[in-house]
Amino acid sequence: MHKLFLVAVPLCWGIVTHAQYKITGNITDDFNNGLQDVHIQLNNSEYYSDVAGDFSIENVPAGSHELIFDLDGYRKFDTIVNVSKDIKLDISLKLQVNYLEEVKIKHSVSNGEKTIAAHSINEKTLEQYSAKSLGDALQEIEGVSALKTGNSIVKPIINGLHSSRVPVIINNTRLEDQEWGSEHAPNIDVNSASNIQVIKGANALQYGGDAVGGIVLINAESAPRKDTLYGKSLLTLNSNGRGGSLSTSLTKGYSTGWFWNTTLSGKFLGDLESPDYVLSNTGNREQNAFFQGGFKNQNNGIWITYSLFNAQIGILRASHIGNLNDLVEAINSHDPDYIADFTYDLHHPKQEVMHHLGQLNAYHKFSEVGKLNFQYAFQFNNRKEFDIRRGKYRNTPALDLDLSTHSANMDFESGKWNFWKFRSGISSVYQVNEPNPLTKVRPLIPDYERFDFGAYAITDFESSPKFKLNIGVRYDFSHVNARKYYLTSRWEERGYDEQFPEFVIEEFDNQVLTNPVYDFHNFSASFGMNFHPRHDYDFYFNASYISRNPNPSELFSDGLHHSIARIELGDLSLEQEKALKFSITAKHESRNFSWDISPYLNYINNFMQLVPGGLEYGNRGAFPVWNYIQSNSLIWGIDTGAGWNYTTHLKHKLTAAYLYGKDLENSIPLIDMPPFNFSNSISYQNEKWYGLEMTLKNQTYLTQKRFPDNNFTANLNINGEMVPTKVDISTPPKGYSLFDFNASADLSPVFGWEKSKFTLGFSVENIFNTSYRDYLNHQRFYADETGRNFIIQLKINY
Amino acid sequence: MTKIKYLFLFGTISTMTLTSCSSDDENPPLINEEEVITTVIATFTNGSDVITMTSYDEDGDGPVAPNVTVSGSLTAGETYVGTMRFVNQSVTPEEEITDEIHEENDEHQIFFQQNGLGTFTYTDQDENGNPVGLSFSFTASATPVTGNLTITLIHEPDKFGEGVAGGNIANAGGSRDAEVVFPVTIE
Repeated sequence: MHKLFLVAVPLCWGIVTHAQYKITGNITDDFNNGLQDVHIQLNNSEYYSDVAGDFSIENVPAGSHELIFDLDGYRKFDTIVNVSKDIKLDISLKLQVNYLEEVKIKHSVSNGEKTIAAHSINEKTLEQYSAKSLGDALQEIEGVSALKTGNSIVKPIINGLHSSRVPVIINNTRLEDQEWGSEHAPNIDVNSASNIQVIKGANALQYGGDAVGGIVLINAESAPRKDTLYGKSLLTLNSNGRGGSLSTSLTKGYSTGWFWNTTLSGKFLGDLESPDYVLSNTGNREQNAFFQGGFKNQNNGIWITYSLFNAQIGILRASHIGNLNDLVEAINSHDPDYIADFTYDLHHPKQEVMHHLGQLNAYHKFSEVGKLNFQYAFQFNNRKEFDIRRGKYRNTPALDLDLSTHSANMDFESGKWNFWKFRSGISSVYQVNEPNPLTKVRPLIPDYERFDFGAYAITDFESSPKFKLNIGVRYDFSHVNARKYYLTSRWEERGYDEQFPEFVIEEFDNQVLTNPVYDFHNFSASFGMNFHPRHDYDFYFNASYISRNPNPSELFSDGLHHSIARIELGDLSLEQEKALKFSITAKHESRNFSWDISPYLNYINNFMQLVPGGLEYGNRGAFPVWNYIQSNSLIWGIDTGAGWNYTTHLKHKLTAAYLYGKDLENSIPLIDMPPFNFSNSISYQNEKWYGLEMTLKNQTYLTQKRFPDNNFTANLNINGEMVPTKVDISTPPKGYSLFDFNASADLSPVFGWEKSKFTLGFSVENIFNTSYRDYLNHQRFYADETGRNFIIQLKINY
Repeated sequence: MTKIKYLFLFGTISTMTLTSCSSDDENPPLINEEEVITTVIATFTNGSDVITMTSYDEDGDGPVAPNVTVSGSLTAGETYVGTMRFVNQSVTPEEEITDEIHEENDEHQIFFQQNGLGTFTYTDQDENGNPVGLSFSFTASATPVTGNLTITLIHEPDKFGEGVAGGNIANAGGSRDAEVVFPVTIE
């Protein structure tokens, strides 16, 4: 139908004897707008067009060369040029017209991301996780593990670090969803994402200067600039949990540049089951909505985004314990203390989480000078945690926090100026946290206001496609103003009465109202380099210096953490942690074999961590106290992957990650570090058989042998006698190996569908119904992980 | 011109954000947790002989350890009428948590663990005919002895578990809302 056409105007065509020439040109769309980031391949070298659509290839030897122009969403264009003189080419790329397939327009990648080996998860892989969470999906990437609380609360761990150290950026806005808590999963619906990227470092300073672990970038579907309407519905049914998810999305594009897209999704699962028993009260539900609409063309754009994430998550009933005796009983007993028949009902303890995000984005391109981007976002996050309570507070949440965040940022990306490109911007954030006093529980995180201001500048240097350089600097100011009540006894026991008398506003009977105020100044810097000597090899070197402020939980935590029977205490005197990270990546990609290997080293000064320190006694019995402390720490590791294409049908993929974490001051291993793990998958693909794809995957986690010994001895009541008992909270569970199977086929031909596509998927997780526990699951003391799960997935594209 | 417009927009929004939300100096309300059990009182009565055992924890889950007092010793061979009270004395007026336990008696049970001090018998029942433990009787050992008595309040125990109705804590499950230890002397 629509064909791609080319206007090649060799301006001067002659025969010259110089050995090397220059090819320059401009790439536009149908409307004569310059197209940025078009991938241009000449022999074995790669080039990109700049913001105005211009490109320039130097040192081209005389002779005939194949030139390939490629941009997602547009038809690939392929041509042979005969070079005997400098050539100027004007290319027009045609939009890809395909009613069946969704058209992806590549998220414009800045050079900052070109000088670090970023990993991404595409929409097809994300679809397999439709009924799961972001944290589950990210484990597809080597070096990314999951910190779990049960099976529904999953946080990504990048190179051993998580929570505040791994900001999640959704459509350019930093997600402010109380990410500080290890039991708070990112409030994101995977169904509204079309592409997820993980940057294992801080080398994207435009998003913040405190990503000690790495950054997760999530982008929504981008509509093509053409008259089109397409959609997708995805139904996932799980045998384990006896439920599933349903997601529908519609995308509408107009050739004028207007567009909208929307996604609605829901999830409903009952109690999950381990191989031997029901995991009582582990059901969960989600109701999510996403809308984006506006106008984008080559020069101007303005659009709004709204998303709602709403989840109700059951917490394993057996993990609610009263005191240390209960914990010891749970550790020593094989089965959870509470097992009931399967139910869809959610009882206490549970979490109810809601996140609203509204965004306004705009940009304007000043022809060749550059592009100005503006963004404003408002986020409202409410988290309710329901505990098992007595009497009139039975149905009142024990925690009810409202977190509101306004953020605005503006940045300017310059066009290419010789070999240089610049990008700089400013950002500001205003945040308020308000605990609901009606819980009648002293809030874990106090009332506070935070104001941030940041400014950054990044420069890219690209002398040739073989060599790219990226240098960035950033400054951040943060002001925190909190109001918190402390028990007078705690205030004095911590020595705060002497250290921070200026924080005290008023003293009551047994509590003291304080007003801790902090100002933090942070500088961060990053350096990235990409060396691309041949089309099949890439080498990256990255270095970054990052500074992160203590988060509210590290500063202010002050109370009993029920599910692990410990008192967790923040520290008002914490300082910023500063990390120096180096990484190298070597990457090879050819038709039949590809591999990559990334060693890294992260030295963290003042690393904040929670460590045990003694016992406290009350009318509930004894509780261990855990304090936030700071110590210089080191994490190094290697992430690696390899892929073999044995035949056009048969592929094999291997990934592995090893990590070593050490608290240098105390000379002990760091807690909660992922053990050595590897995964192998073999897949068979045959286009002729209804596009059949089958994958058998094995994932193996070895036993973590490096862990800090935090075991302690407490006097516990055993048969009426107080007996000194060792409480083993440190020893990691044994390693495990799981097998998964996944198959899918395009059944549209069977139904004679032409304009739509029907894909049927079938998967089995944990094929052998293996019983295991995961070191990185907070509920490993209480119950096994989930058992076998059969999944049926129906997808219709229209 | 356009650039200036954008800058202006950015400035306006930032200013709006800052001024509209600029620090309100209101202090959050003081919360006195009503569910805290500051005081556990066991009373043993035999005629005019009343012995009280009290564990008073002034700051609940705070750092201060409970203060345990026992008013006197029990007499060998005697039978006592016992009652349990759980009180929150950190609020005014004090909160009688015993009433809540009484109202939700099917969800609570008190356990008495000791070795050779005597025999505890439940003398109350919940709506299912299972014991609660707010009232009990205690027959002291026939011979003088000293030992520890541990009194445990369990929330949501499995009262139908093996031996639980007879006072065996091992199969009760649930979560321990209170666990106090009293040094007891039988003379």
